[in-house]
Amino acid sequence: MSDSSSYTTAGMRWLAFRRLVTAIVKTAAVAVITLFGLTVFTFSIARYVPTDPVLAVVGDKASQATYDRVYKEMGLDKPMYVQFATYASRLATGDFGKSRFTQNQVFDDLKRVFPATFELATIGTLIGVLLGIPLGVLAAVRRGTWVDQLSRVIGLIGYSVPIFWLGLMGLLIFYAYLDWLPGPGRLDIAYQYTFESETGLVLFDAARTGQWDVFFDACRHILLPAALLGYFSMAYISRMTRSFMLNELSQEYITTARVKGLSEARIIWRHALRNAFVPLITVVALSYGSLLEGSVLTEMVFAWPGLGQYLTSSLMNTDMDAALGATLLVGIVFLFINLLSDVLYRVYDPRTR
Amino acid sequence: MKKFQLFASVAGLALAASLAPVLADTPADTLVIGQQIDDIITLDPAQVFEFSASEAIGNSYERIINYPPKDPTQLYGEVAESWTVSDDGKTITFKIRDGKKFASGNPLTAEDVVFSLQRAIILNQEPAFIINQFGISADNVKDTIKQTGPLEFTFTMDQSYAPTFVLNCLTSTVAAVVDKKVALEHEKDGDFGHEWLKTNYAGSGAYKITQWKANEVLILERNDNYAEPTPLKRVMYRHIKEISAQRMMLEKGDLDIARNLDATALDAISSNKDITIETGPKSAVYYLGLNQKNATLAKPEVREAMKYLIDYDAIEATLIKHRGKKLQYFLPQGMMGALDDAPYSLDVDKAKGLLEKAGLKDGFEVSMDTSNAPTTMNVAQAIQQTFDKGGVKLVIIPGDSKQTLTKYRARQHDIYIGRWGADYQDPQTNASTFAINVDNSDDATDKPLAWRNAWAVPDEMNKLTKASSLERDGAKRLEMYHQLQKGVNAEGPFIFLYQDIEAWASRAGVKGFIVGPSTESNNLKKVTK
Repeated sequence: MSDSSSYTTAGMRWLAFRRLVTAIVKTAAVAVITLFGLTVFTFSIARYVPTDPVLAVVGDKASQATYDRVYKEMGLDKPMYVQFATYASRLATGDFGKSRFTQNQVFDDLKRVFPATFELATIGTLIGVLLGIPLGVLAAVRRGTWVDQLSRVIGLIGYSVPIFWLGLMGLLIFYAYLDWLPGPGRLDIAYQYTFESETGLVLFDAARTGQWDVFFDACRHILLPAALLGYFSMAYISRMTRSFMLNELSQEYITTARVKGLSEARIIWRHALRNAFVPLITVVALSYGSLLEGSVLTEMVFAWPGLGQYLTSSLMNTDMDAALGATLLVGIVFLFINLLSDVLYRVYDPRTR
Repeated sequence: MKKFQLFASVAGLALAASLAPVLADTPADTLVIGQQIDDIITLDPAQVFEFSASEAIGNSYERIINYPPKDPTQLYGEVAESWTVSDDGKTITFKIRDGKKFASGNPLTAEDVVFSLQRAIILNQEPAFIINQFGISADNVKDTIKQTGPLEFTFTMDQSYAPTFVLNCLTSTVAAVVDKKVALEHEKDGDFGHEWLKTNYAGSGAYKITQWKANEVLILERNDNYAEPTPLKRVMYRHIKEISAQRMMLEKGDLDIARNLDATALDAISSNKDITIETGPKSAVYYLGLNQKNATLAKPEVREAMKYLIDYDAIEATLIKHRGKKLQYFLPQGMMGALDDAPYSLDVDKAKGLLEKAGLKDGFEVSMDTSNAPTTMNVAQAIQQTFDKGGVKLVIIPGDSKQTLTKYRARQHDIYIGRWGADYQDPQTNASTFAINVDNSDDATDKPLAWRNAWAVPDEMNKLTKASSLERDGAKRLEMYHQLQKGVNAEGPFIFLYQDIEAWASRAGVKGFIVGPSTESNNLKKVTK
């Protein structure tokens, strides 16, 4: 009996291990294929846009000799597949190339701009989650009441008002008129040449080094853009939470819980929300992912030196190594977030184990 | 629950601290400029050709020759103390001012000047052509630009060029003097310190460049070794892309100067007593290029008719208000040889008559490649409306500026609405592109704007353009450029629209910022606040 039992346990462990390995292999394969596809796609677009990449480098007034030299230096005289192979082999060694506009290695540029976006997106998402989920739950529980209507209006504004306009309005009200918050930028100018952030995460570095004046200054600067992104995130999350909660509240287990005499608060927050949380993971992950890829317009309005601005300016300047590097980073971020949401799914949903 | 309370307390504290009254105003010793500086790609004078970087170089490096920003015709030696031209006119001997020092503390000598010019030619970046046009190339630069003493060097050309032409070229950033010792300390693979200088500094100007974070900030600091120390300790360019944000920051006192406000924003703040709006003419010219490969546009009557189908005055009064000034020749106002009359105005009847004469009584359809920059699009639409009155149906093809330029350079356009900025303050800079084209074939080596529009410039005009660069008599030279401008208007495929004006807004206390015709002549040296 014990032999048979241990045989069964070992078999199940083996099965679980196999499943885990298969899942890892599958995820890795998907990641590689996705990144390769993204590289091919972006590389092709970069090469087929009707813009002369040499012109972007040498300018309109360079001599023909200079033009020809740079054309060769950029490897444009070689067939497309050779150009791609050269690029891909460089990538494989971790070399993203050099930005022709910032004169830095693309990798170094990304290390500089991504933390700014990361900080902004993380705080924005936190705001979105902390406000969006309770609002969505309340809207579902009090369906048809003023709370529900309010949540709908917030959602509608979030979906329909351009973020660009809302950002400018935020600056106009809180910066220009009320004087509560500072203007664009990550820090006041006094700190621009006195504070050096090692990791690029200004809040983290300021707190780590105990420079609390810088920390609070950074808090003031991030508050408005993060609140703005948080608002848009909240609009999306609250609508989806409402929808998931309505679905859960109509389930039989909720009726059973009520019959058993559980308190309404316990039913809503412990049972219904716990189940609604599973699909919400994807919603939050998607929302976070979209903020991490760089909120171009928000970054532009608030002069936030992040990934969105970097990617846009690289594309506008036909700085293709920089644009490709930034695009790949966005791809990697999405893959990572996808993976993270998969893991969380497994943690919260026993059916997926 | 306790954890939540702790988190809520910390968040609340941070929020409370965040909402404390915000102190605006820039530091008293620092000039803070809000500007779109995402055009900077390098800080090496041998390579710089972009607006923002040229301004930084102009204020942080000294050039061999310079001119007062308000009057580009009054040339003076900046690094050069004096110069003499040889009898055959081919060699100029420059004497360098004694006692000059770089920001590093190294003395500035003829060796540094020769090094700077030679490296610019050998590196062969975009601005090298300014010196190349005197027959100086990487092959002969060691023989043509030579040090002849500790404070003396010679500049030898292949022909006897007009001295003003040569001196004007030596006012450009390519003639900025680099600290040889510092550059060579950072040399890599024989690059004369090029890679290092792209992001670093080795000059002797009023300010030194101390920090550049692409698309973020550029900081200049006072150079204590400069003969006349600047009143301000520091100039900071903040990259503020959004015009409305620039305006708000200026009004709040977070910026001292806003450089990119459009006509609407400038109008809106003109009533603010704390803000001053100033303007300065620039040497960039806006024009239409009519491709002569298009048989219709090749007809002289059609070209002339189109010049009468533009409402120049309305465009000046509305669309380019604060930003441009009507101009109908290829030389901008302020440059030697510029003409100030305006021979064309909107005259629909005259245009219709000309079109009828060309056999196009019912008009025709033509396309125009247009950069999607707002002002350019607005001007294009205004032209579309007035063209329509004469029966010319203009189809606007909008595109990114680099896309439209790529098409233009390949001569695949019908009409192109373009901007041409002078490379140096000499009329030859524009004459050598609008009024010369010695080879109109598709595989020509030289491709000036006349070539891009497939205009086979008459031999006589080609010769006159070449001769004007050699004429040593100032009055005669002036007359030649007048003749060339009228000739291009009469026979050429260009319709000139307006010249750039830079308008900037500053806090009322800010004084002494001067905008010159070129970006390198924008002067921050005497700014006070």
